[in-house]
Amino acid sequence: MKNYYNVIIVGGGVIGTAIARELAKYKLSTAILEKESDVGLKASTSNSGVIHAGFSYPPGSLKAELCMRGNELIKDLTEKLGVPFNKTGKLVVAFNRKSLAKLYEYEKISKKNGAEVRLIGGEEVRKMEPNLAPCLAALYSPNSAIINPFQFITALAENALHNGVDILLNTEVKNIDRKGTKFEICTSKNNLICDYVINAAGLYSAEIARKYSGEDNYKIFPCKGEYHVLDKNISYLISHLIYPVPFINDTKSIGGSGIHLTPTTDGNILIGPSDEYIEKRNDYSTTNEIMDLLTKEAKKFVPKISSKDIIKSYSGIRSKIVPPEIGGYTDFVIEKSPDYDSFLNLIGIESPGLTAAPGIAEYVVNMIDKDLNLKHSESFYPEREKPVVFADLPENEQNILIEKNPNYGEIICRCEKVTRQEILDALNNPLGVRTIKSLRNRTRITMGRCQGGYCLERVADIMLEEGLDLSQITLDGEGSNLFSGLLKGVSG
Amino acid sequence: MNTDRRELVVIGGGPAGMAAAISAKESGVEDILIIDREYKPGGILKQCIHDGFGLHKFKKVLTGPEYAHKYIKRLEEHKIEINTKTLVTNLSQNKIITAYNSSNGMFKVKADAVILAMGSREKTAGAIQLAGTRPSGIYTAGLVQKLINMKNIMVGKEAVILGSGDVGLIMARRMALEGVKVKAVLEIMPHASGLPRNINQCLKDYSIPLKLNHTIVEIEGQKRIKSIIAAKVDDKLRPIPNTKEEIICDTLILSVGLIPENELSRQAGIFLDNKTGGPLVKNNLETNIPGIFAAGNVLHIHDVVDYVSEEASRAGRFAADFLKNKSLSQDNYLSVVSGKGVKYIVPQLVKTNLKQKIYFRPNKPITNPKVVVRIGNEICFSEKFKALHPSIMQKVILPETSKSTKAKFLEVAIE
Repeated sequence: MKNYYNVIIVGGGVIGTAIARELAKYKLSTAILEKESDVGLKASTSNSGVIHAGFSYPPGSLKAELCMRGNELIKDLTEKLGVPFNKTGKLVVAFNRKSLAKLYEYEKISKKNGAEVRLIGGEEVRKMEPNLAPCLAALYSPNSAIINPFQFITALAENALHNGVDILLNTEVKNIDRKGTKFEICTSKNNLICDYVINAAGLYSAEIARKYSGEDNYKIFPCKGEYHVLDKNISYLISHLIYPVPFINDTKSIGGSGIHLTPTTDGNILIGPSDEYIEKRNDYSTTNEIMDLLTKEAKKFVPKISSKDIIKSYSGIRSKIVPPEIGGYTDFVIEKSPDYDSFLNLIGIESPGLTAAPGIAEYVVNMIDKDLNLKHSESFYPEREKPVVFADLPENEQNILIEKNPNYGEIICRCEKVTRQEILDALNNPLGVRTIKSLRNRTRITMGRCQGGYCLERVADIMLEEGLDLSQITLDGEGSNLFSGLLKGVSG
Repeated sequence: MNTDRRELVVIGGGPAGMAAAISAKESGVEDILIIDREYKPGGILKQCIHDGFGLHKFKKVLTGPEYAHKYIKRLEEHKIEINTKTLVTNLSQNKIITAYNSSNGMFKVKADAVILAMGSREKTAGAIQLAGTRPSGIYTAGLVQKLINMKNIMVGKEAVILGSGDVGLIMARRMALEGVKVKAVLEIMPHASGLPRNINQCLKDYSIPLKLNHTIVEIEGQKRIKSIIAAKVDDKLRPIPNTKEEIICDTLILSVGLIPENELSRQAGIFLDNKTGGPLVKNNLETNIPGIFAAGNVLHIHDVVDYVSEEASRAGRFAADFLKNKSLSQDNYLSVVSGKGVKYIVPQLVKTNLKQKIYFRPNKPITNPKVVVRIGNEICFSEKFKALHPSIMQKVILPETSKSTKAKFLEVAIE
């Protein structure tokens, strides 16, 4: 096993994988260290999947610059990587006069940032979104879009891997020591040497920066956002992203964009996220209070939404660097560390981090270009083959697939119509992850209205057939076993 | 692609589908196709290895597989065709069925009549908005039943069961028998939702505590569930803060209700009842689309399979009648509405003159009630009952009325 790399990236979220893929365009060796069992299991996938257009971030900020750049790059990138992308557009809806001033402010900011927006009246909004409650006006942003974040991060990682990046999963950083001009990184698995460290560790980024690079200006204040996922039966209710006008008369606001409705690329509507500073950075629980609030807020936009439509609730945690008592907006921190020129910290990459990821990757590579004397690699292959999504194919193409391979005729997940072959393909993914969540994020098994009630046991069967042991079937890696064993007195 | 034409297609080969197909055949329908997604017919009965099936229908105590076998045998005797391992993905208004399997690929069937017998699915943690984290170790009761009884796979060592539905009660006993420590069954309502006999035979006999008026307010654990926090609820079902109690467990089993599986019905444009979750049917179990009938748990959740079979047999006969006449019924109908104390009623439309059965459930347990049926303001039926319970479906047979009425609805109330 290799133990020396030019660059080691700590954190396999969307930022880490995007930077890794960007670095793969050059002649150097790169590894990602990820403590979880797969890439992108935390904030990178527990968000709305929204591609922001950049009309709300202060002109001149990194957030504004990198969001605009990310928005510009992402469509082409998703095409190359075979990732669902849908330019839905966004409506920021004003229900009363109090909210109007904020829309004018957005309009002004968008001019400076170079974002395209248009103010439209209630009647026009009604035509665009007939199920929306009557409103006064809205800011329409045509360049706002959605992607499938699960597919996006997986694709970034797979493409980086294809181009020579090593992705070391279940590998947690335990210590980083300076050794001459290099770093020695002790992990939960083995020790590695590198020339350059890029810290993209999300919720753990400030801690790593402080412990190993002398950066003590920042602290992460975890801030939870809860979501509801709604049944596909009501996907017809909206076709745009529907946002509220945030923080009117609220000076202590957390600086998020408010509880909104997201029509996902898979056809579910998301409600959320809430904004709640929390004590523990691993508290991914949902709460009765917020779950009720989300439903209430959603009904204000679309009265037809009801709690009966909810199929799942989940939460994600933002890496905020502004403390709760101050609140509001802060910019991304992308800085070389005080102690070392070859230790780069990315701290406080929250929204619009997903949108900005390709922009951040470019920005980071520009920053370290001279330090590493980067040279283009001729062999970089920018594309990843899109996995088959059987349910999305027209009937004639489905039949051709089944004729070639009967595994496509066997639908294992009936809610999302995932076939046996898609599960087999996902089980043999290039990253080598074989967990229920890895299959879920790649194929959508267990994500439908029955939440695995029907398919989980069938998927477990396939995993057993493919050579996994019963004790190796986990939700997301070590300690998350699904089964305790065979029944007493039963062998084989 | 060519579309096959069939007289009758039954969607689902569980207890409802099997009984419907057999009775249609016995009523003279020749060309019948059952489509089922499992490898073999029998539906959920296959995993119900406990007994108690067939008491009403066969006056015998049978296990689920034994009960299913009686029908599977008759399917074979009648040479009724069944496509197994085949998933129906679409049903259109004009009765075209789209299905998939690995031997035929995607195929379409145009049916003259359809019987919906898709059964139900279990409510999930998401559907009931259960607070807390989502580590490994949270299962629905039916899934655990399948894992244990059909795969010999055990899911954990210490379990808490949320909800006192029958499947959860059965699984409490099943797990206790396998050496799992079943710590408690929590029920948010002041009464159990499963059958009284199951409370006795599955909990009391095994000293498993049933905590009424209790729910789960938190789930603890990152990778695998470590404990749950239970709390008492007030009369508005809200948790009472100072009643929190931690229960250590590595498994949480949800038995919080079943949802009739009506995705296909929705696609076809069938009207659904928001109380039952199933199609709105006339007294001949026909939906708003002529020639599409429904029976079993897809129509409303039943407590015992014997009644599913009975209902489905009727659906089979009615489908046969439809195939003989094929004309739109000329009957006049009354809407059936739930009055005081009634949770739901099936059917939702009844003929104005016919002697007929209606089924209902009360909102809550009640002793010495009077069930009163009115057409308009006029009482047409009234009977005293010893007791009514939401877990037990009740039947009344309406008397024949020859009187013409201008009323458009019939109301059932518990007084």
